[in-house]
Amino acid sequence: MNMQSSAMPASSTESQVMAPVAISETRRLYWSIRREMWETRSIYIAPLVVAAIFLFGFLLSLLHLPTKMRDALTLSAAQQHQLIEQPYSLAAALIMGTAFVVGLFYSLEALYGERRDRSILFWKSLPVSDLTTVLSKASIPIVVLPLLSFGITVALQFVMLLLSTVALGAAGVDVGPLWREVAIFRSAPMLLYHLVTVHMLWYAPMYAWPLLVSSWARRMVFLWAASPLVAIGVVEKMAFGTSNFGELLLNRISGSMSKLPGTISAPWSHITLGQFLMSPGLWIGLALTAAFLAGAVRMRRYRGPI
Amino acid sequence: MTVIEARGLRKTFGSTVALDGINLRVEEGRILGIIGPNGAGKTTALNAILGLTPYQGEMRVFGRDPWTERDELMRDVAFVADVAVLPRWIKVSQLLEYMVGVHPRFDRAKAEGFLAKTNIRNSNRVRELSKGMVAQLHLALIMAIDARLLVLDEPTLGLDILYRKQFYDSLLNDYFDRSRTIVVTTHQVEEIENILTDVMFINRGRIVLNCSMEELESRYVEVTVHPEQLATARAFKPIQERQVFGRSMLLFDHLERQQLAAFGEVRTPSIADLFVAVISNQAGEAQGAAR
Repeated sequence: MNMQSSAMPASSTESQVMAPVAISETRRLYWSIRREMWETRSIYIAPLVVAAIFLFGFLLSLLHLPTKMRDALTLSAAQQHQLIEQPYSLAAALIMGTAFVVGLFYSLEALYGERRDRSILFWKSLPVSDLTTVLSKASIPIVVLPLLSFGITVALQFVMLLLSTVALGAAGVDVGPLWREVAIFRSAPMLLYHLVTVHMLWYAPMYAWPLLVSSWARRMVFLWAASPLVAIGVVEKMAFGTSNFGELLLNRISGSMSKLPGTISAPWSHITLGQFLMSPGLWIGLALTAAFLAGAVRMRRYRGPI
Repeated sequence: MTVIEARGLRKTFGSTVALDGINLRVEEGRILGIIGPNGAGKTTALNAILGLTPYQGEMRVFGRDPWTERDELMRDVAFVADVAVLPRWIKVSQLLEYMVGVHPRFDRAKAEGFLAKTNIRNSNRVRELSKGMVAQLHLALIMAIDARLLVLDEPTLGLDILYRKQFYDSLLNDYFDRSRTIVVTTHQVEEIENILTDVMFINRGRIVLNCSMEELESRYVEVTVHPEQLATARAFKPIQERQVFGRSMLLFDHLERQQLAAFGEVRTPSIADLFVAVISNQAGEAQGAAR
């Protein structure tokens, strides 16, 4: 008789060493960016709300659109273009402006909030490096927001164009001039070009600086971020009677649009891509961005909960 | 295998010495309890092990330097800093997704299995959960990580007794095995007393006592002395004497049990009693030295 005992199945409580899944840093970065979007929903809600409000106003304006179009046909070509195209540029400017403000406030909070609510202790218990964390937070204002504003703007302009077409069609007005002046498929790549050059590359140091301060300050991040800038301006004014630093900052935000690749309506008119890429301002800004972010990575290692 | 090895670990905050040259060695499969009064340096020591704070001296955890290699180390180490560190805005489902996204040793099915035994739902945000439920959630996440070292710093602080009991029960039953190592600090010593394999007392940045539970049991004896034997018993230099219900209890270090049995009832002291004796003796010595 076979007395061989039946093999006992391994007890389920016996832990088996799980083969770890290989996870690339890119994947960690991707999930960290998604985490930021979960936490700060205003990243996409704010531009969407602005778009919705704008659309509501635009809907009301549709009542006058047929009259406006009839009047426009009597004007010169340039005036005609300006009149018809204006709401579309305004829409783009509003969305981009919103994204800019959201990006600034996000950056002020990014590395400060996790220390204030002590959740940094949880995030640091996971195998995600400080570099990946800081890069994920920096890519929200520098990459995600510009791309989002591109998508939202183009979608908004498209809806506006469709609604206008319907309104004009109902009033029996020719839609030809509208579609000729508002050429979304031509303006969209230009908008993207503007967003990449100005909002990503040129604006990068303006987000990296508050990020650095948010990694370091124990309270009042906004004050710490703003006061050195004001102080430099005041000292310069007292010492040399000039205000170059202030102008520099203003130029960075909006002033020297003439030195940047274009405005929204005419992106190619002022400066070529080559000239932009050769400008020292761009490279100094990017070098500062790298320095600020490197500082933030280092600070995150040292700083714990507040 | 050695999990943690530290030599001359030192850390100061300004003029305050938090860790005063600590030597530490933790082997695989141990459950070490670090016990000390407030401000003794427990949390600083744990933070150094976890790469959360820079330090002087030498330290290796799984052969890595925690301060410079925290992210690599965290693939093998899990920790609960205290119960309130899960971000309040996050949803349970998002937490699980994120863990799967970044942690190579996280087993989502396992975490969901633990959570199924609780009232926590995937759609809950952390801010909607009670303090005890947040601790349950954190523990479920941690236990679903196939970590080799688990560090717990006051993991049950502020929880009621039901949750505390549950916490350590599931830790021991569902998680611990001989290939894992646990380091835990807590003020509720009596709750972890039975699960520890090793104990370490730390006071003013120094290790006062560091031994296994077996050593502790053979080394320390508490005797409820018969009144008539008191004078004889005192001659054996107890490290502490206290009165309980009018009877003298003497605590002896390094004396034979049989020898002491003659004086009265013999038992192994609780960690809490031993802790009080060792720490107050140390304080007395420090005062004596100051004089």
